[in-house]
Parts: sequence; C-alpha cells; structure tokens
Amino acid sequence: MAPRMAGTGDRAIEAARQFVASLPHCRALGLSVDAAGDGTATLSMPYAAALVGDPATGVIHGGAISALMDTSGGAAVLLHPTGATATATMDLRIDYMRAAEPGQRITAHAKCHHVTRNVAFVRAEAFDEMPDKGPVAVANGAFTLDRTPAP
Amino acid sequence: MTRPGPIQIVKQRRDAALRTLVEAVPYNRFLGVAFDRRGDELTGVLRYDEALIGNPALPALHGGATAAFLEITAVTTLTWAMLWPDLEAGRLDVAELRGVVPARLPKTIDLTVDYLRAGLPRDAYARARINRAGRRYASVHVEGWQDNRDRLFAQATGHFLMPQPE
Repeated sequence: MAPRMAGTGDRAIEAARQFVASLPHCRALGLSVDAAGDGTATLSMPYAAALVGDPATGVIHGGAISALMDTSGGAAVLLHPTGATATATMDLRIDYMRAAEPGQRITAHAKCHHVTRNVAFVRAEAFDEMPDKGPVAVANGAFTLDRTPAP
Repeated sequence: MTRPGPIQIVKQRRDAALRTLVEAVPYNRFLGVAFDRRGDELTGVLRYDEALIGNPALPALHGGATAAFLEITAVTTLTWAMLWPDLEAGRLDVAELRGVVPARLPKTIDLTVDYLRAGLPRDAYARARINRAGRRYASVHVEGWQDNRDRLFAQATGHFLMPQPE
C-alpha cells in the first residue's frame, strides 16, 4: 500500500499527503490531509453537489462520509509508530448522529488507539464546520496490520 | 383490485419508477450505481471505474466506495419496498414520484461493514434483505459480490429511520 509513513511533524504529513494523493477514489472525493501525528490523521472533504444523498435538503450522502472515515482510519494506522507497511479495513461501523450542514466542509479525526501483532483498532469522528453541535458521524474500525517491508 | 395492464406497460412503469428513484440521488451517479430489477427484487450494480480504486498496488476498490455501494443498495431497496404497493395499486405515478422520492428517503442511523476480501477492479453487485421494516425503524442486511455469488467480498448491516407520513 504505502511506504512507512510513521514519522514526526512535516515528514508525517508529507507522507500522508502522498498516500492520499495516490488513491484515485480519494482524488475523486477531493480529500486532503490537514494534520498527521503518531497514529493520528485529520482529513477533510469539500462539499460538492455530486456527493449529495438527499436531494430535498442537499445533505451529503453517508457513503461519502464513510469513504472519508475509512481513509482517515487507514492513514492513522499507517502513521502509528509500530511501523505498518500496509493496511486494509476489516470492519468499520459508522453511526450517523446528525445531517452534515449543506455547503460545509467535513473533517474527520482518526486515531489508531491500539495495535496487536496483526490488527489495528481505530476510532474516528467527523465534524462539519459547526463542531459545537457535536460530530456528524463517529466510526470504530478494525484494520489489518502488515509490517513486512514492501517488495 | 384493478386489473394489471399489459406486461410491457407494467414493466415500463416499474422501470421508469426505479430509474426516477435512483437518479434522484446525485451521489448514486457519482459512484456509478445502477439497479437491475426482477419483479420487485433489486440488484445493485457498481460499474467499475478507475476512480473507485483505493489501493493502486493490488489494485483494489476503496473500502469507502464499497461501504457507499452497500449503503446505497440498502436505502434504495428499502425505498423501493416502501413505494411498491402504491406504485402497483396505481396510487402513485412516475411523474408524481419525482417530487415524492426526496421526501421519502430513509435516513441511515448506523452501518457496519464487514470486509471479507479485496474488491477487485471489476463490476460489483449487491442485494439487500430487509430483516425488519417497522413504522419508525428498519434493519437491513446487504451482501456484495463480484464474480461469484457465493464468494462475498463485503457485507453490511444497517439501521434506518423511516420517513414519517405528513
């Protein structure tokens, strides 16, 4: 998937940006990396009419939020100091707490909070531009964890 | 009970209604999802496109695209099941549907996606089973596959809030 991404500061964010830019579906959604740290990643997605799931209100489709959550989760795993070389989503549960405000950017914060030899556990929260209203969605996921160097 | 119309007219009406329902949602088009229909049974079809890739090295479909496809299949199947009686009884025509659909879409409460194997760079299919359809809540299970119906690449269970009559 991606070369070792774990690192600090600018190196981590640069590696995360390269990782996201290399994924065609993330480019299609216009995802960007806003912050990266040890096992944490913040990614955001601009509002776009093409992503609307509810034509009556202009609210973004849950599927686009799933993709944002999934990508930020994968990035958080690759940024964990354990030094993952590849990861894939095994399981992802998303709770949709409220409709994202139409026209607003959605930002997801993901944290890889525990790793075992083969598994990484991730929590993520997504907000629109009104964070005081609480998250629009939260997610919990289990990701595969590979440490073998890429061939 | 009204007499059913000639078979072609019945089919045309059902297909036009389904198309209206699917095309009402911009994100369905963004992802490239269409539906096949046999009677009232729907099969979601995710047309392969390079923009769906999430792992260029394998290559494999993005987990987010897979989740979205399964969610779309669940919501569409649920909406279709809800509209079907009115559509068949002639209480709802296709022209009317265009205005009605947006207000009648169920809202996703939660969705749990189980990724079983990598999504290959080719078309994917999905079918949803409504395990419970109450007045307020529905529980739906969706199975996604590619070449072989018995080898699922992903499945999902979701809960949905049903639209309330005005």
